[in-house]
Amino acid sequence: MAKITYITKAGEEIQLEANSGSLMELAVKHKVAGIDGDCGGVCSCATCHVHVAPEFYQKLDAPTEIESDMLEFDDNVTEYSRLCCQIPISAAVDGITVNVAN
Amino acid sequence: MSASYFSDAFKDTRETMGTCPFNDQNDPVTMLLRFKDVRKTAHNTKSFSSAAKPGRIVVPSEVNIRETRQIPFEVDPPEHTEYRALVEDWFKRPLDIDYEFKLTRIVEAEIDRVLQKGAIEAISELSLPIQSKALTLLLNISLSEAETWISWGTHVFRSEDSDLDADKASILYDYIDAEIDKAIAAPDDSLYSVLLNSEYQGRKMTKEEVKGVLILTFAGGRDTVINYLTNTITYLAEHPEAIEKLNDNPALVNTAIEEFVRYFSPLTHMGRVVKEEKEISGHIAKEDTRVSLCWASANRDESIFENANEIVLDRKMNPHVAFGFGAHKCLGATHARQLMKVFLRVLTEKVSSIEIIDAVENIEDWGAHKRKVGFDKLTIRLNAK
Repeated sequence: MAKITYITKAGEEIQLEANSGSLMELAVKHKVAGIDGDCGGVCSCATCHVHVAPEFYQKLDAPTEIESDMLEFDDNVTEYSRLCCQIPISAAVDGITVNVAN
Repeated sequence: MSASYFSDAFKDTRETMGTCPFNDQNDPVTMLLRFKDVRKTAHNTKSFSSAAKPGRIVVPSEVNIRETRQIPFEVDPPEHTEYRALVEDWFKRPLDIDYEFKLTRIVEAEIDRVLQKGAIEAISELSLPIQSKALTLLLNISLSEAETWISWGTHVFRSEDSDLDADKASILYDYIDAEIDKAIAAPDDSLYSVLLNSEYQGRKMTKEEVKGVLILTFAGGRDTVINYLTNTITYLAEHPEAIEKLNDNPALVNTAIEEFVRYFSPLTHMGRVVKEEKEISGHIAKEDTRVSLCWASANRDESIFENANEIVLDRKMNPHVAFGFGAHKCLGATHARQLMKVFLRVLTEKVSSIEIIDAVENIEDWGAHKRKVGFDKLTIRLNAK
């Protein structure tokens, strides 16, 4: 079971646990504000944009070109930006913290 | 040729030129055909404006049949941002469980009704009624109101003879005026009343602004949704194995709806008026000329989509622009996606196979390019499970 912490734009901290799916799916299921996941995770909508805590960013697989291109056009992009539909939940992300970007 | 085959109408021009001209009522448009150009241009609202004369960013232009500005669609940031924020939460209601439940009941009732009938004409007897009845949920008004909209036929602006029919358009505009007046006289919890109570820049929205949001809501989601539903039916008719696959695998429905909307791209393109001269794939876009963002072409760009001309139901990465892109992305997309999901779920649950009896294609004429966008008529038979 991986523990994931989401911090919304309003500063609310939401801790959730799961062992499958993506960070977007978990957030949508628990109605984390600012993560809509409109397209269901196919990288078409950028409504699941988060900033990953720096210590975890490097541990993740690098974003694909399609994801990077989507982020290029979104608001509030930083070097730690990711679309969380592209972050699968596994032991590798246990303890991760992400800030909702928009 | 099969009914569910929609060719990549812009392929050669997209790959060789990247843009193509289209003469629209003496206000020419340069269509942008490449995925990256379309996204970049859609994102650049400063150089490529939506706030031109009402109707001008639509192709074919509606300047001769409409004076009301559609909101937030025909407004640029920063005003656009405030208008959009006013309506954003309302247009996310389709995610509520209760909304999904009511939508499911509507679609079930419509499919049960046509299952009793034998052969039907799918557009007038299934797609239009579903689209209209679903829209009553988005407006939060009585289901019976849909009967009026169904009686208007499939096109709000078009007649058999003309793409732009002022008499037909006035039916919609007069109807919306009357409904706004009713909501002023007797406020309720409909979209009309919610908008009339909304504040823009510290003052109440005007009747004209409310009308602008409503015209967008009615017109933007009519032909597009009808074509989506009808085209999806042809795919399932010609790929019966997909019916069982989708019924057995709810997760597949999520990727399938995105793939159908990419492949069918119900809205071919949308225009912008150039505010600052720019070069796009060799085209010099001069001030006060028009360009269009060709979603349909971008969605078949093989530099982005593998097997772009195939429907891959479980396509994992699908950055399509069928709902537009950037600040102006489709306001009704949440409603449309919920309807697309519910429609696929209910149809694949109740129907074992679909026969196409007769199909008359609807081919759009964009000068050098002819694009199939849907059907004028589609006679089918649904076979119950």
